[in-house]
Amino acid sequence: MEVLFSLLVGVFFAAAIYLMLSKFLVRILLGVAILGNAVNLLLFTSGRILREVPPVIPAGLDRQVAVTANPLPQALILTAIVISFSFFAFLLVLSYRAFQDLGTDNANDMRVAEPVADSAPPTGY
Amino acid sequence: MNTVIFRTLAPFLTALMLLFSVFVLLRGHNEPGGGFIGGLIAAAAMAIYGVARGIQPVREALWFHPMAIAAFGLLLACVAGLVSMLAAVPFLTGLWIYPSLFGVEVPLSTVMLFDLGVYLVVVGAITSIALALEREDI
Amino acid sequence: MAAPAGSAIDLSAALVLAPAPLADWLVILPVVWCLTSGAVLLMLRKNLHIQPLLAILALAVLVVLDGLLLWRVVDGGPLTMVMGRWLPPFGIAFTADLTGALFALFSALVALAGGVFAVQNIDGSGRRYGFYPFLLLLMAGVSGAFLTGDIFNLYVWFEVLLISSFGLLVLGSEPKQIDGAVKYAFLNLVATTLFLIAVGYLYGLFGTLNMADIAIKAAERRADLPLMTLATLFVLAFGMKAAAFPVNFWLPASYHTPRIVVSALFAGLLTKVGIYSLVRVMVMLFPVEREELSFVIAVAAAATMLLGALGAIGQSDIRRLLGYLVVSGIGVMLAGIAVGGPGVAGAIFYALHSMVVMTALYMASGVAGRLSGTFDLNGAGGLYGRAAYFSALSLILFLSVAGMPPFSGFWPKVMVAKAAIDIGAWWLAGSVLLTGFLTMIAVGRVWALAYWRPSAAPAGEGAGAGAGPGAAVVLPLSALVLVTVLVGLFPDPLLSQIQAAATLLADPSAYVDSVFPHGAR
Repeated sequence: MEVLFSLLVGVFFAAAIYLMLSKFLVRILLGVAILGNAVNLLLFTSGRILREVPPVIPAGLDRQVAVTANPLPQALILTAIVISFSFFAFLLVLSYRAFQDLGTDNANDMRVAEPVADSAPPTGY
Repeated sequence: MNTVIFRTLAPFLTALMLLFSVFVLLRGHNEPGGGFIGGLIAAAAMAIYGVARGIQPVREALWFHPMAIAAFGLLLACVAGLVSMLAAVPFLTGLWIYPSLFGVEVPLSTVMLFDLGVYLVVVGAITSIALALEREDI
Repeated sequence: MAAPAGSAIDLSAALVLAPAPLADWLVILPVVWCLTSGAVLLMLRKNLHIQPLLAILALAVLVVLDGLLLWRVVDGGPLTMVMGRWLPPFGIAFTADLTGALFALFSALVALAGGVFAVQNIDGSGRRYGFYPFLLLLMAGVSGAFLTGDIFNLYVWFEVLLISSFGLLVLGSEPKQIDGAVKYAFLNLVATTLFLIAVGYLYGLFGTLNMADIAIKAAERRADLPLMTLATLFVLAFGMKAAAFPVNFWLPASYHTPRIVVSALFAGLLTKVGIYSLVRVMVMLFPVEREELSFVIAVAAAATMLLGALGAIGQSDIRRLLGYLVVSGIGVMLAGIAVGGPGVAGAIFYALHSMVVMTALYMASGVAGRLSGTFDLNGAGGLYGRAAYFSALSLILFLSVAGMPPFSGFWPKVMVAKAAIDIGAWWLAGSVLLTGFLTMIAVGRVWALAYWRPSAAPAGEGAGAGAGPGAAVVLPLSALVLVTVLVGLFPDPLLSQIQAAATLLADPSAYVDSVFPHGAR
């Protein structure tokens, strides 16, 4: 099961990195979204996968009696999902603003902060 | 998107979703649910209202600025943690009181206060993002 | 629901039952204080006049809290508090050791200076967009990163400071800022995601996220775990956050775009969080792997500092020049980490020095730009004639950043260079010295062109001609310059603490004991 998930994580990473290598912000954005999911799946897999044994203490006992699924990765993933979700929302707004203000979503054409025709510093006093 | 049916139904849908979000928030105490998911539902309700009626009615209905709501939630969550300073236990330790309301024992805790804070943070933050997106789209 | 009282459950197996003394709260209070006051300021964001006052007060309290924390840590060793009193490693631990407390105190000082500087630099619209709340939330993230003892929690604080820095970066929303923010946001998000990937692998290998626990387990199970892969991932992720050479391009692309006080705070705080995390993870948790990777880090360090200094020489905009100097300074810190031993103390010292001096330099560049009406070296001039006191402050900063004695940049560079020579890495020591020389050329030219050269425009013209820098600007600048002068003249008190901090990092038994008292784990 872990092997299968590892392969899936690999596919996710490959897709995310391929998309992020693009010049266009929209594709990079999609890549970021997939990257976030790839990492979540990675966290999930690294907590080891166990089927059909929920980590719930049976009534009347004060501790686990059998081996159960690991609950911690879910807490970690929930945190990571929240963060990647809010970042995605921010980046979406930012990209849209960039498209409106700069008139392009091609990262190569965004040269406002670092102009192409930049003046060299004076060489003499 | 802007059909008569949708515009007529949206306020009812919003009210229902808000109620449901509070239900999910309180249910999260012992069962699946909680402040985060409840907050998302409430923010979705605001977004629906915004799509149907425009941004200004949402702002008026909220009364407070969404970011102020989020900030108040953050403050509540911090306070929930700081209460444990008085009890000489570490930060964020869950503290309980069991007051009797009309003969029914109501368990209240700092955990709940924290969850309420999370709810408000999520409502405020997601609503303000949704409103920002809607303003530029429509 | 809580367990009913009087049941037979042994709570000591899960909970810390000893009461938490008020002094222990110092570990968590810097973070909680920033969050609380940030929330209050966010609610008061319409009250533009009261905001700076409250924020400066809050930041002053933060300095006091961090000072008390440092005093407590110097006095009694590392300090731990576990959230919700769950036993470590299950609860999230906040652990302050000397390194963390020193970084926290210096970051608070820098933030206070920035808060005062912002009174004049950030106008009404900037305040309405929430400069001060974002500043306090940024400080919550920075303090949290310095004080946490849990590696996933470190990731969370990284994200807190990142999202607040986004808010600060786009304050004002000029096209130039949007452009810079796009590059900053995407590349930093990739960096933190790399960090999260490393955390995921780390959890898969160790089954724990508590740093003290990891330190123990890494020492025990080094032979049969692929720790090199993990360490390399951490170096890449933190190197990207710190803007080390092959992955530094987000910094010069964005740091010159926002308001000058925002640039100053970023230069002082953000990259140093990356360096701190690198020190924490590589020196404390994976010392053997650091030794193995030493050559790689050293090459990256030399490239970072030299290319940073060369980049600074090639710029005509003062702010962009400073961006490259930030990168160059990161190289010196990386060199200290690569060398190890006494070099780590040098790296920590240089990071603290760089926090103060880079912030002050950006502030000075803001004043210079306002006085001469341009940030471009081609048109600037005559600052010395117009504001002599301010020019003297700037000169001290220029000498300090180049590593000239008797200012604070001198000692850490000596420590790093000497440590490098001691292990036979003469080329690394050479590049530290060469970097100092190149930096001197870069800042010397700024001095000669913008300050010393007579003004090109006839007197009375230019944007801010005539009006000298106000007190709200000169005061924080003077305070930061005073710090660099004092540390340069009397390095001993700070130096002894930094060396103690480096010793504690190399042998984390005191750190571990503070998290797991009485050997219980």
